[in-house]
Formats: sequence, structure tokens, C-alpha cells
Amino acid sequence: MNTTIICGGTVVDPANGLNGFHDVVIHDGVVAAITAAEGSHETGDAERIDATGCLVLPGLIDIHVHLREPGYEYKETVETGTRAAVAGGFTAVACMANTNPVNDSAAVTDYIRERAAAAGLARVFPIGAVSKGLQGEELAEIGEMHRAGIVAVSDDGMPIMNGGLMRRALEYTAMFGLPVIVHEEERTIAAEGVMNEGSLSLRLGLKGVPAAAEEAMIARDIALLERTGGRLHIAHLSTAGSVEMVRSAKRRGLPVSAEVTPHHFTLTEAAVDGYNTNAKMNPPLRTPRDVEAVRQGLADGTIDVIATDHAPHHRDEKDVEFDQAANGIVGLETALPLALRLVEEAGIPLETLVAALTINPARVLNLPHGTLSVGAAADVTVIDAQRCWTVEAARFRSKSRNTPFDGMQMQGQAILTMVGGRIVHRAAASPNA
Amino acid sequence: MPFTHRHLLGLEGLSRDELTFLLDTASSFKEISERDIKKVPTLRGKTVVSLFYEASTRTRASFEIAAKRMSADFVSLASSTSSVTKGETLLDTARNLAAMRPDAIILRHSAAGAPHFLAGRLDCPIINAGDGAHEHPTQALLDALTIRERKGHIEGLTVAIVGDVLHSRVARSNVFALKTLGAALRLVGPPTLLPPELRAWGDTTSNLEEGVRDADVIMMLRIQLERQGKNFFPTVDEYSRYFCLTQRAVAHAKADVMILHPGPMNRGVEIASDVADGPYSVIMDQVTNGIAVRMAVLYLLANRPRVESEVEQEAALPEEPAPRRLRRRAG
Repeated sequence: MNTTIICGGTVVDPANGLNGFHDVVIHDGVVAAITAAEGSHETGDAERIDATGCLVLPGLIDIHVHLREPGYEYKETVETGTRAAVAGGFTAVACMANTNPVNDSAAVTDYIRERAAAAGLARVFPIGAVSKGLQGEELAEIGEMHRAGIVAVSDDGMPIMNGGLMRRALEYTAMFGLPVIVHEEERTIAAEGVMNEGSLSLRLGLKGVPAAAEEAMIARDIALLERTGGRLHIAHLSTAGSVEMVRSAKRRGLPVSAEVTPHHFTLTEAAVDGYNTNAKMNPPLRTPRDVEAVRQGLADGTIDVIATDHAPHHRDEKDVEFDQAANGIVGLETALPLALRLVEEAGIPLETLVAALTINPARVLNLPHGTLSVGAAADVTVIDAQRCWTVEAARFRSKSRNTPFDGMQMQGQAILTMVGGRIVHRAAASPNA
Repeated sequence: MPFTHRHLLGLEGLSRDELTFLLDTASSFKEISERDIKKVPTLRGKTVVSLFYEASTRTRASFEIAAKRMSADFVSLASSTSSVTKGETLLDTARNLAAMRPDAIILRHSAAGAPHFLAGRLDCPIINAGDGAHEHPTQALLDALTIRERKGHIEGLTVAIVGDVLHSRVARSNVFALKTLGAALRLVGPPTLLPPELRAWGDTTSNLEEGVRDADVIMMLRIQLERQGKNFFPTVDEYSRYFCLTQRAVAHAKADVMILHPGPMNRGVEIASDVADGPYSVIMDQVTNGIAVRMAVLYLLANRPRVESEVEQEAALPEEPAPRRLRRRAG
């Protein structure tokens, strides 16, 4: 390879405190220099990418996706999922272990990595299971999977009800420096709930999941963290009480981090009204007060990461009675504009949002990405923040179309996505193509 | 004023005029059931299908008799005898029935929102005969009709609804209708079955005598025996000690109180036999009025010209079929 220069754009790289006009010089897949705009650097035979009027960011990282392969290829594959990722501006994703077979062994980890290499799109970092078969009983071979390349462990989708197992997982993973990513849901409290518990669930006659189901588990795990050496990362946090608990744990210096999904900071439970199964997720959409609290958590750094919980499902799994419908929505192709909205809607600085999509998730998983530091792999996302487009689920790169945002007007789109200096996605000239 | 809705999915959101019109229409049909020949040709040539995914005696029979008294052809399907047992989805079953061009489908289903789900996808009026814990609109209409007949009006009455309000579709439909019609509501039961948000619907209390004090109407709800395994109350015996409507409790209500129960009753559990069979009970009037209400609903919904297919969308891209066992809790 040779030299590429992304010029004329506004570079926002929170890890290096950059926010201004710069050119990004890339040599052999690595960031070679960040120079003053219109700098006098040698252009020679370098390829120039004109980013005038655009944001130039470290490649976005989504540490919570379900790529469904192996086992559920009818919903998504590593290839279609990473195609969706790069179209949405993500250069790296970390995929959850609830495949079939479960990623609880080095063999499955290897397989996922091979599929990702074959696809050649976004970087894929597998997350291993905490427990064998996600059964919540015995630890999986975390060390073997660590050698095969997992970046975290999680039983996501299955809360770890066994507190003793959770304690050992936090202790054992310390040996490898792996975070334990937790889906916090006290199942005996959540019971058969299918939406947030409150006046709307009462009116619709649907069983509710109270905020306490999430908060009780967070309280338990923070208490466990006080004595264990591990690192705790709380997935898709959804309630005001959860934000407060994480805030207080961080104040005490505990090694805890947290993420929020675009749907939990954008939508309220009102989206469920009419029994809309594309608004059914776990944790459920909550109240306006909770949305306000998670936005505040993002703004003040309590919540480190924006992650999509990209959860593809076949139409047949959503086009059913609400009680029967699968949980979750796809998120990779809509996350970026929803995050950018928070600049205006919630007054969150752009740098904070970019950090939550780049360097913060990289730090949670100890990845050498999420910055444009000289010497780093050239994972870059170029965004036209002004570009207006309409969500058309039928045209998603993902295999699945389960989104509550279909038809919604969006502003901001990744127009170029680069992984290791290689362009893996370039948006069409017209926004809705 | 006419009733212009295409479906009857619930009573929430219906206006006072619409509810009154439904009740007036039902009243006008009552006389047919008193005739020697109980049949009018109003729905001759119309086909009504009932699709019941839950057990029912009263509601299903009531709809069938109502349809037949209007001369409609009535086809009754229950999940135990249909291809549901072969694994067919609700949508597929209902689509097939709709393809046979019925003039209304009556649905009872254990999932809240099931009739709304079909209404958005089929070109056929859907009548909700009970969806999970959500609504049971014809039950609440027959309750309102029974109350209005006895009291002359609903506005200003105090109605106590006693029992498992949390899980009751009868309670929800009654709350929506009676509030709109101007009644004051009291909701009575153990705190496990009275979530705090209920206070938006009426006064709540866990004291039966206080709940029925000076009430004009007491509406008892059936207590589902399977709740006791889920810790909503320890045992049915203990429940009945606190919430069984006895003569002693009734004595706290107004002298001309009327007592309703949607059936089936658990005698000695939520209602004492001497109360159920006593002078204040209008339980059999409710059943009789059920016929008139369902005749009115069928008349208003099944009797109109077909609107040609508003629905039918198909995904643009070919998709692989989902395997039989779908994953529920994933992600």
C-alpha cells in the first residue's frame, strides 16, 4: 500500500484532544501524521480523499452486537452484520456469545474470527460466554477463549442469576484482564414481563418489568466488585436508578463502566403502544424520566459507551402477538444519527459522543483502536453530519429489518468507512441509496 | 350518532356518544329474544367466524346465539380442534379464515393485543372477545347495559370493582367504559393485585367493607385459581377471608346496591352463594343482556359493505424461512 490523505475535514479525536481542521495522512494502513489543514506535506502520488465539510473520526466501535453466526444465519451472518456495521460507520464490533453453539469454547471463537477475516469488512472481536452453554452454572473455559482472542466475557441475553458464579467470574477474569459484561435482570422480579412496568403496561394489559429488576442486579454486582479484582461492564443500562448506582460506584473508584443503546436514549415505552413488536426489547424501553437520566449519564461520563445491542430477528419472529415476539432491534445502521441528535436535543458536546463511540469502548475492551494517534491502525469514519436521509429498513445491509425507526428522518451519515487504511464502505452520492 | 369503527378491539378511547349508541342499539335488540320466533333476517347471508384460543362457555355461546338470532351463518373454531395444534401461527390461521370472506371474526386469545395485531393485517372486521389481561369489550358493554337498565343512568354512580384488577380484562374494559360514562370507581383487592398506577383509574383500597361502602354497584371479578402459586396471595382460603363478598359486606353498600359478576363464579371464594343468588344479584340479567349487546355489535360491524383490501404488504427481498423453534430471549 502507499499513502492516502483525508483532507479538508474536521478531525475529532477525543483521545488526543483534537477537534479542528486537520488532514489525516495514512501510510501503509497506519496513521502516519495529523497535519494542519492544507498543510504543505508531500502529496506526491498520494491518494487524496476530500472530506471538506465532513467530520473525520476514529472508526466507530460497537461493543455490543449479535452477529448470530454460527447457528442463526437466517437472522444475520458475520458478513451481513459487518456490512451493516461499516455502512453505519463502525469499523469494529464485539459480538455476543449467544450463538448456536454458544461461543463458550476456543473453537467457536476461532470460527467467528475466520468468518470475519473472510468477510474482510469491520474488525470483529468475539466475546466469550461466562458460563458453559450460557447456563449460568459453571464457568466456561475463559482462558482457552482468551488465547483464541476473546476481548470480554458475557452471558448477554441470559442474566447471571447465580451470585456465587458472578463472584467467581469477576475474580477469575482478573487473571486475563477481561471485563465481565453483564445483562442486568433479576429474573424472578422481571418474571414474565414484556415491557416496562407502569401505567402503560397496566393499560395495555401487558406484564411489566419494573426498574427494580435491573437495579437489584446492579446493586448485587457492584457489591461483589468491592472485593473482587475484576472489571464490570454493565450492558444496555436503562433506568434512572441504574445511572445513579453506577455514578456512585465510580465515585468510590470501582472498576465499573456502562453502556446505553441509542433506543434507550431516544425512545420511551410509548413506542410500545399499539403493541408494536419492534419496540419490544430487553431491557424494555422506559419512561421519559429514565431517558433523561441516561442522557445525563452520558453527558457527565457516568455512562462511558454508546452500544447498539444490534439484535437481528427474522420477520416471522416479530410479526406475531406481542407476548410471543422476540426481543431486540437492529441498530448498526441507525446508531450514528441518533447519537448525533443528542448534541442539539440534550446539549451533549460532540466530543463526548464521539468518545462514547470510539475511545471509551476501546478502553473497556483494551483494544488498540478508537483513536487517530500516529502509529494506530487507520480505522477512520468520515461523516457528513448535515446529510439528511430517511430510514428504509427494506434497504438495510443487515439481513433483518426489525427497527422501530423505519421511515424516520435522520441527519448525519457515514460517507466513508476505512479499516486499516482500506475503504470498506463508501456512501452513494444520493443520501437514500 | 353512528358507530363508524371497523373493529371492536376495546372500549378505551370510545366517546360517551359512541358508548351510548352501542347501548341504545343493544337495548333495541332485546325484544327479539323475548319473541316466540327468536330470529330476524338482519344478517342473512353474512358469515361470522369465532376463533377461540382460550376456553369459554358463556362468551362463545352468547356470540353464537346472537349471530343466529340475526340469521348469520356462524362458524366456531377452538384452538384445540384447529390447525393451531399443528403449529400454525395465529396470523396464518386468521389469514386463511379471512380468505374465506367472513363478515366478522370474533377472537379470544391469551395475548394482549392479539386482535389489534390481526386488525392491522386482515381485511375483515375483528371483534375482541377477550385478549389476555387487556380488554373484553362486549362484557363491559353488557355490564353497562345491565347497570343502566336497573339504575336508569350511569353518570354519578359509585361502582366498586373487587378482585384481581391487575389481570382482569373485564376490569379494564369496565374502567374505560364506566369512567367515560361518568361513574366514580373504586378498585378493591390485595395490594399485590393493585399496582400504584391504578390510582389514575379510581380510588383503591384493600379493605372490602370500605371499598363497597355506599356503593351503587359492586362488580366482582373472578379470582384465577392459578394466581395462588405466584404469590399474589397465599391461598384461596385466605383470599376469601378478606375479599369474599358476603351478606355482611354487602350491608355496607347502598340499600339498592346491585351486584354483578362476569362468570364463571368461584362460589365461596370471591362471592358467597347467598349473595350470588340473592336479591341484589343481577348476574343472570347480565347473561341475558350479553345476547343483545353481541347482536348490536355484530349488526354494526358485520353488516357493512366490504372495503377492498387496504392491507397486504410483502417484503421486497427474499428471505430465508425461520426455523421452527424460534429464539425468544436472545439479545
